[in-house]
Amino acid sequence: MKYLDEYRDAEAVRKLAKEIGQITTRPWTIMEICGGQTHAIVKFGIDQLLPKNLTLVHGPGCPVCVTPLEMIDKALALAARPNVIFCSFGDMLRVPGSQGDLFSVKANGGQVKVVYSPLDAVKIAEKNPDKEIVFFAVGFETTAPANAMAVYEAKLRNIRNFSVLVSHVLVPPAMEAILSSPDNRVQGFLAAGHVCTVMGLTEYLPIAQKHKVPIVATGFEPVDILQGLDMCIRQLEEGRTQVENQYARSVRTDGNKAAQQLIQKIFQISARKWRGIGEIPQSGLELTQEYVDYDAEKKFKITDISAQESTECIAGQVLRGIKKPGECPVFGTKCTPETPLGAPMVSSEGACAAYYRYRRYN
Amino acid sequence: MTTQPKLTAACPVPKNDYDKILLSHGGGGTMMHKLINDVFLQSFGTGDLNTQHDSTVVDISGARLALTTDSFVIKPLFFPGGDIGSLAVHGTINDLAMSGARPLYLTASFILEEGFPIQELKRITDSMQKAADACHVQIVTGDTKVVEKGKGDSVFVNTTGVGILEHAQNICPKRIRPNDKILINGDIGRHGMAVMAQREGLEFDTEIKSDSAPLADLVINLLNEGLEPHCLRDLTRGGLASALNEMAAAAGVMISLKEADIPVTEDVKAACEMLGFDPLYVANEGRLVVVVPDHQADKALCVMRSHAQGKGAMIIGQVKEADSPMVLMQNQIGATRVVDMLSGEQLPRIC
Repeated sequence: MKYLDEYRDAEAVRKLAKEIGQITTRPWTIMEICGGQTHAIVKFGIDQLLPKNLTLVHGPGCPVCVTPLEMIDKALALAARPNVIFCSFGDMLRVPGSQGDLFSVKANGGQVKVVYSPLDAVKIAEKNPDKEIVFFAVGFETTAPANAMAVYEAKLRNIRNFSVLVSHVLVPPAMEAILSSPDNRVQGFLAAGHVCTVMGLTEYLPIAQKHKVPIVATGFEPVDILQGLDMCIRQLEEGRTQVENQYARSVRTDGNKAAQQLIQKIFQISARKWRGIGEIPQSGLELTQEYVDYDAEKKFKITDISAQESTECIAGQVLRGIKKPGECPVFGTKCTPETPLGAPMVSSEGACAAYYRYRRYN
Repeated sequence: MTTQPKLTAACPVPKNDYDKILLSHGGGGTMMHKLINDVFLQSFGTGDLNTQHDSTVVDISGARLALTTDSFVIKPLFFPGGDIGSLAVHGTINDLAMSGARPLYLTASFILEEGFPIQELKRITDSMQKAADACHVQIVTGDTKVVEKGKGDSVFVNTTGVGILEHAQNICPKRIRPNDKILINGDIGRHGMAVMAQREGLEFDTEIKSDSAPLADLVINLLNEGLEPHCLRDLTRGGLASALNEMAAAAGVMISLKEADIPVTEDVKAACEMLGFDPLYVANEGRLVVVVPDHQADKALCVMRSHAQGKGAMIIGQVKEADSPMVLMQNQIGATRVVDMLSGEQLPRIC
């Protein structure tokens, strides 16, 4: 398949891995931001090909993992309402809230529907004028444009029975938080290719300068990731701290202007809580005043639902790259995909789930 | 940013168990196995109930008969490459074939929802008869129930099958031995993606057709050629990965696969990539794995490839001794990973 096979080519992978082995003279710790990259690394066994003194740690870029507990509780409360059809991307359904998950709400008679695009939720609203349709707008900058488009379309077509439960988060503030933490060990980043496709590269320049870290926008296939690592390690070895672009077949310096304008029209920057990390200022999106009628939290008056997260697992440390999943005492025993103690074990993109699914034999 | 939050480790309290049936309980993964163990085996597990194989073999006055039953609740009823009727015949015939039986008779039960068009029902029954004729199987008894509108989903079909074993072999997962070779009769994942594309209105460049097909003739060919398969398993819900995990667990062995040898068509690969699915877990309705002793693998491959249902056959892996049962796969770049059993259904991912 074009754009896939050439980036999974065994010969190219071996060559790059060898090259990385040759240029790495000191120990380095690099974080890949996106859960999709984490899964590719573990699934394809990319880390098994790398020199021993190179440590890969896994970042917070898994939308399911970082959506806070209280937001899941709000979703459960809305989905349980008799007049609501609650629409969500598939992998949010298994995430545990304080009590139960969306699957349980569905089993108890709640109308929960998996959609592939937020615009499908708008269509459902149009077809069911006597129902309230709520879409769970989660994710990073990658999903924000499509979610914004759904709200924009709904208003344009005067569809009043549609609203969104917003839990959007942004990558650069999370990188800031990780780098500013006293126990930070990350020396370089592979930035998330799809986020950069939307937002471009310029917002990473101040982070690279301030914290003196190389940042390489990187794709998701084995050859992409190895090229990204190669570029990042070269910078570290040469003492450079620049923003570079490995994923040039998708990422432009300025990003996707039309998508950015749409995000800015519908959303504004706000503080957001991250599951396992806590509140980070200016780290998320909320609807602007013009679109506030489409805010499900306000429409259904559920802003006061809050939840206390337990301190039992080490999800927060995993999401910040301080610990690896295998270092958790309950990994694979008390905490498995069927009985997740933490969100990284739930999501198909979560670091713990990746290690559990692909690496248990170690 | 001026103020930085204090970062502390935190994590949610678990949701451990479900006290109601979820859709995931029917997904063919670990949740379904838990349900079978906790509920069905608790009540029924005292006699000859066989939960580790697709059909059970019973001895009646010297005749070895295979029995199986299956219910079909597919949506949409009609999809590229088949319909609920042909599926209900093929599915049950295939379960009988996995014991090495020649399928003889089927029953057909229908649960119909009030308001369901009779014309569509006729289309389904005609399709069933056509599929049965093609396999030389007779539908000999049946049942009809009608439920109120809203109490069923247009039509559910159940078929029960009886077949006869014309050989003395005992084909079941427990007979799998280290060094046995694993063969598959063709490309995987087509049925699941065909149904999903139709159900969700997903449009791809080419239409993906279900692989729904009867496998009994292929199996009988293998047996007639003197091959002694230790185990046969048709791949349905949960796909190749779930079937191999079940077999590894039942036999207490490790199964080692080579990704490059597992056939997947380009269109299925593309559709799976788009939705974030792994073809290893996608449903099939005309695919089986054949586990044969190492020295019979080449002959088995040859026999399979000479049959219409096995043209794309491949040797995909080998059985090894292991302390704990597991399925491992070596990928194209030479690294090895676990091929786990899914917990429930595959969920399309966010981005």
